[in-house]
Amino acid sequence: MTGTILGAPDISRALTRIAHEILERNEGHESLVLLGIPTRGVPLAHRLAERIAQVEPAFDAKARTGSIDITMYRDDLRSQPTRSIGSTMLPEFGIDDATVVLVDDVFHTGRTIRAALDAIKDEGRPRAVQLAVLVDRGHRELPIRADFVGKNIPTSRSERVDVRLAETDGDDAVILSGGRA
Amino acid sequence: MKHLLGTRDLSREDAIRILDTTAQMSATQEREIRKLPTLRGRTVVNLFFEDSTRTRISFEAAAKRLSADVINFSAKGSSLSKGESLKDTALTLQAMGADAVVIRHWASGAAQRLADSGWMHGAVLNAGDGTHEHPTQALLDAFTARRHLVSDSEGKGLDGLTVAIVGDILHSRVAGSNVALLKTLGANVVVVAPPTLLPFGMAQREDISVYYTLDDALEAHDLDAIMMLRVQRERMTGGGSGFFPSPEEYTRLFGLDRARMDRMPDHAIIMHPGPMNRGLEISAEAADSPRSVIVEQVSNGVAVRMAALYLLLSGEEAPQ
Amino acid sequence: MSETATDALVIVNASLYGDTASDIVVVDGVITSLERADAPAGARTLDASGLVALPGLVDIHVHLREPGREDAETIETGSRSAAKGGFVAVHAMANTTPTADTAGVVEQVASRGAEVGLVDVFPVGAVTVGLEGKQLSEMGAMANSRAKVRVFSDDGKCVHDPVLMRRALEYVKTFDGVIAQHSQDPRLTEGSQMHEGYVSAELGLAGWPAVAEESIIARDVLLAEHVGSRLHVCHLSTAGSVDIIRWAKAKGIDVTAEVMPHHLLLTDESVRGYDPRFKVNPPLRTQSDVDAVRAGLADGTIDIVATDHAPHPDEDKDCEWAAAAMGMIGLETAVGIVQKTMVDTGALTWRDVARVMSTTPARIGRDENHGRPLEVGEPANITLINPEAPWTVEPSATASRSNNSPFGGIELPGRAVATFLRGRPTHIDVSLEGAFA
Repeated sequence: MTGTILGAPDISRALTRIAHEILERNEGHESLVLLGIPTRGVPLAHRLAERIAQVEPAFDAKARTGSIDITMYRDDLRSQPTRSIGSTMLPEFGIDDATVVLVDDVFHTGRTIRAALDAIKDEGRPRAVQLAVLVDRGHRELPIRADFVGKNIPTSRSERVDVRLAETDGDDAVILSGGRA
Repeated sequence: MKHLLGTRDLSREDAIRILDTTAQMSATQEREIRKLPTLRGRTVVNLFFEDSTRTRISFEAAAKRLSADVINFSAKGSSLSKGESLKDTALTLQAMGADAVVIRHWASGAAQRLADSGWMHGAVLNAGDGTHEHPTQALLDAFTARRHLVSDSEGKGLDGLTVAIVGDILHSRVAGSNVALLKTLGANVVVVAPPTLLPFGMAQREDISVYYTLDDALEAHDLDAIMMLRVQRERMTGGGSGFFPSPEEYTRLFGLDRARMDRMPDHAIIMHPGPMNRGLEISAEAADSPRSVIVEQVSNGVAVRMAALYLLLSGEEAPQ
Repeated sequence: MSETATDALVIVNASLYGDTASDIVVVDGVITSLERADAPAGARTLDASGLVALPGLVDIHVHLREPGREDAETIETGSRSAAKGGFVAVHAMANTTPTADTAGVVEQVASRGAEVGLVDVFPVGAVTVGLEGKQLSEMGAMANSRAKVRVFSDDGKCVHDPVLMRRALEYVKTFDGVIAQHSQDPRLTEGSQMHEGYVSAELGLAGWPAVAEESIIARDVLLAEHVGSRLHVCHLSTAGSVDIIRWAKAKGIDVTAEVMPHHLLLTDESVRGYDPRFKVNPPLRTQSDVDAVRAGLADGTIDIVATDHAPHPDEDKDCEWAAAAMGMIGLETAVGIVQKTMVDTGALTWRDVARVMSTTPARIGRDENHGRPLEVGEPANITLINPEAPWTVEPSATASRSNNSPFGGIELPGRAVATFLRGRPTHIDVSLEGAFA
């Protein structure tokens, strides 16, 4: 199975649904902070925040969204070429006692999220951390699960899942490639 | 990047990458928990053949904030009393499993010698070699200038800015590294020094403007930044070998005081690598003025060294 | 074997001075004929087809380090290296420990050289006691000793005091001696590490300006003229120095000058890697200096090539540039470099090479039995060169005890393949073993 798994309308619907789920689960928006994991988690966090603001006009989407870079917390730095460090931009009031929703594009081994949890721990002490992902492709290597999932896509390890977003890549799509029959 | 030996062989791309990484490192230093786990389990050796408490603690802080293990190795010795040889020291460090060596040495070229010799495999970071290079100082100067003078600075150089370097260019490794890096980053470089303290051929270079008094330089250029170099007192006199007649004359011709400071545009910043001789190359009024970024240079020094260590040590290990 | 047979040799079909093909018959250390037919029965034969025969080479400037630094070189290892490089005589500089500033030391060096017997070792006497530039050493005693010293030098240090230099120039007239000056103004070169120029500025190494050499040479030629003495200028290295010597010779001043193979080939660009094998005094200069010394050697302004063979143990080079010793070994690479830079470029003929590496150095050093023509009745000091034997220099493969050659990995077009000192082979290259019966 190779090709486009999700198109732009699918992605849009999934994000709208996740936005509603976040509000439902947290019984409102008062303590919410959305932190995207660079690169594509960041625009996804902004899109979710906008959708939350549509439902709850009192939610200040701009002020409550940020990014958290996990490069310096990775456990595979020594087995990869040197990575550039992305930016960490937290809300002005910090994340202490907030409900942080981490946002990423593809949920795979769980190692990125593990690193993100460590990074968050060094930035402050949120009341709770939740995880929202656009695609869950399985193959977890750590006991970590997502709270909000746009689409579960069963894959083999040899396959690649690429997420394209208008902000970074010019269009919206989720593409599966490279699998062997 | 395998080593950081100098700025002369640093590409614009690598230099900007270091500055961008420095910006991220600098951001982590403003939060409550400043320590990062990035270099856990790696060993950084500070190998100092020459005393420099400032530089050593800056590197030490940088390595520790990235969770590296730090070993300080002070190998005293001069050209006259050699002490332990560089080779034996390097073999020792290799045996101890040093992943990176930060070397400060009185001999020009010592860092390159260590990197090229095959005596050890780790990354070599030049923390000042003789009168040759001091790349992290130049990078922190460039970072400080970029932060103050370039908006939306990520990914950018110092293009079009005019930066003056004033003082003992001949013996200053800081000047050596700064001239090269500023040119690489696109700045206009103005050098101000007595002719006795200029390196061979610099006055003839067409890509640098050279002046023999500070007033002439201020007359000719609207400076965006000025770097005052420390005057080494032992260079001043000493029989027929003095490079200038007296400290008073030096201050008259090259010192930065209130009047000269006021001739610079309002946005211009004042830098000094420290430690300063107040009243000699810079007046207290200039050093303590709002346009002075001298204290900030020190904190940026830690961030730039964190960036250098990160870029040298975090990547794939080269096969040995 | 009879005694006659042992002492007779015939070199067949050599190219004398690189032009006429001829044989050389040697009996009892003397050239007796240039026709193989005249060889006595039982003479050993060496087929020298394709080889250039020159009068045995003379190096007026080497450091053999004995006594004192036998860890770097000994008279024996240095002599072997010299023979391998085609030399039959060397002048051993005085900067040993103890300094060669007394008759006792120079006699010791000379007799050790004779005992080894591979080259004639002529000790150079120090001009001043302990090379300290303060008081003249007893040059008369050294001249009248069994070592018969004629060349005096404080090499390694400059006889800087103008009065002392004047006295030295005058004094050696007594025994037809010569002062070989290491031309380096000490004040202008304090702490110097390499040639002062664009490269030194970039590398942050303290400069050794050309003017520090040129100002001393200018002063010395004027002194030599004033007192009517002869002067020899060691290791000339700059374009300006060539101009001064040219001017002095035009004026009739009795001055001779030498250039080193490394100054004919290498420039300060080699220093960029901070590899101390390229650290030498005077330092490697610029390409225009290299061009000028080549031109000066070609037109006779520079009289001779000498090696300044300066062995140092590995630990003195395996270190930071500033901590490293100055000097390079060069006896075995000299012929190849002169061929590469001067002969193959058309600047010198092999006959000229005989002049600059044998005849004239022997005349400057007053080595009466060296530098003689390849003619009947002359001593059989002969060097055979294979000009078509490219080889790659491997510093650890030299006969010298030290390895500090800057030429490692460089390909040279030819080399000395056989050396005869008074008819006796002191070096036979492996390539000739089959040809020597």
